[in-house]
Amino acid sequence: MNYTFDFKAVIDSWDYLLQGAWLTVQLSIGAMVLGLIVAILCALGKTSGPKPVRWVINAYIEVVRNTPFLVQIFLIFFGLPTMGIRLSPDLAALIAMVVNVGAYATEIIRAGIESIQKGQIEAGLALGLKPLQVFRYIVIKPALRTVYPALTSQFILLMLSSSVVSAISADELTSVANNIQSQTFRSFEIYIVVTGIYLMLAMMFSALFAGIYKLAFAYDTDRR
Amino acid sequence: MIRAFSYNEFLFLLSAVQWTLALSAIAFIGGATVGLVIALARTSDIKAVRLAATGYIQLFQGTPLLMQLFLVFFGATVMGLDLNPWAAAALGLTLNASAFLGEIWRGCIQAVPRGQWEAASALGLRYPGLMRYVILPQAVKVAVPPTVGFLVQLIKSTSLAAIIGFTELTRAGQIVNNATFQPFLVFGIVAVLYFLMCWPLSLLSARLERRYALATR
Repeated sequence: MNYTFDFKAVIDSWDYLLQGAWLTVQLSIGAMVLGLIVAILCALGKTSGPKPVRWVINAYIEVVRNTPFLVQIFLIFFGLPTMGIRLSPDLAALIAMVVNVGAYATEIIRAGIESIQKGQIEAGLALGLKPLQVFRYIVIKPALRTVYPALTSQFILLMLSSSVVSAISADELTSVANNIQSQTFRSFEIYIVVTGIYLMLAMMFSALFAGIYKLAFAYDTDRR
Repeated sequence: MIRAFSYNEFLFLLSAVQWTLALSAIAFIGGATVGLVIALARTSDIKAVRLAATGYIQLFQGTPLLMQLFLVFFGATVMGLDLNPWAAAALGLTLNASAFLGEIWRGCIQAVPRGQWEAASALGLRYPGLMRYVILPQAVKVAVPPTVGFLVQLIKSTSLAAIIGFTELTRAGQIVNNATFQPFLVFGIVAVLYFLMCWPLSLLSARLERRYALATR
């Protein structure tokens, strides 16, 4: 092995890399929040909607889960403009991520909702809670608590798979790495550092999710 | 020059399916071989071995597959090897698949009741015999549904080989789209082809899981 490593190119473009990492974080958080909303609505539709609604939601889930994310991105970024909808790469990336994670999260949350026993809901209504309160306190919160580990690992997978949106040159971390690479040809050095940044982001998100669990979902007995 | 999307373009896409399938098959075979070692290491009695396997799994599950492919592709040059995109994709996907399969199979090995291990060693079986005749045959039953499910993920992952320039289905889609500029049609067909490969496996995995759940109730 007579290759000399040279990390100068990486150090020189550190700020640029951080900008990319920041966009990765923003895209990921945006897609997590929007995806969660999509997933809760779809999970509700799937558990208690009329047949045609359930059928549409099932089709959405199966199509997304059985085609590659990269092809979904291409369909949204290259396909939609032919129908007159122009999107910036960043927006197309966000939409693709929301559509993708929404399908996976729907199945996870559906499982959570189905784990709530009917008697709980009836008891809530009997105690005089309004339907919206029943939904909030008796259905969705315990459901999310039950599936929290599955849901958050799906979210971390989403953050990692966001590197794929570099294929349409959204300005996130991997795209930035590609740009630096094409100017300096220090491919290995750049990608190893960027891989390290992703690893750190994954750990940060896991710590963030653990914190959110403590704040929002832990039982009092857990806190002691 | 813009070409029209004709039967020939469709045949080109269809023939690219074989490369997607070939890449999936190689990554699965390689990944299963290494993955078994990882799963055994992960359930080993020796702490250092267990830690090394855990680190391996966390490294591959905590970083993007695309970065892993880039590192294999460009890392080979650093080592003085000249890997073509085909070999780089096969190697990268193998490593990635081995980490995922290793973690899936670890769970399956640990799902075999502790009493089975104790009974086997009480009967005088040492580790190789204990694994081969007692633990693994029982673990395999649990392992089949999630492994089939993982195959779907693997087939989809091979699409990333397009980014490092290996001409499988997705790359073929890009090539045809560049010539015909009908992205909706081209990537629509590409998506349908993937769906036809993955959906039967998804259904099979779900069915096996239900059957297993019934059998163990």
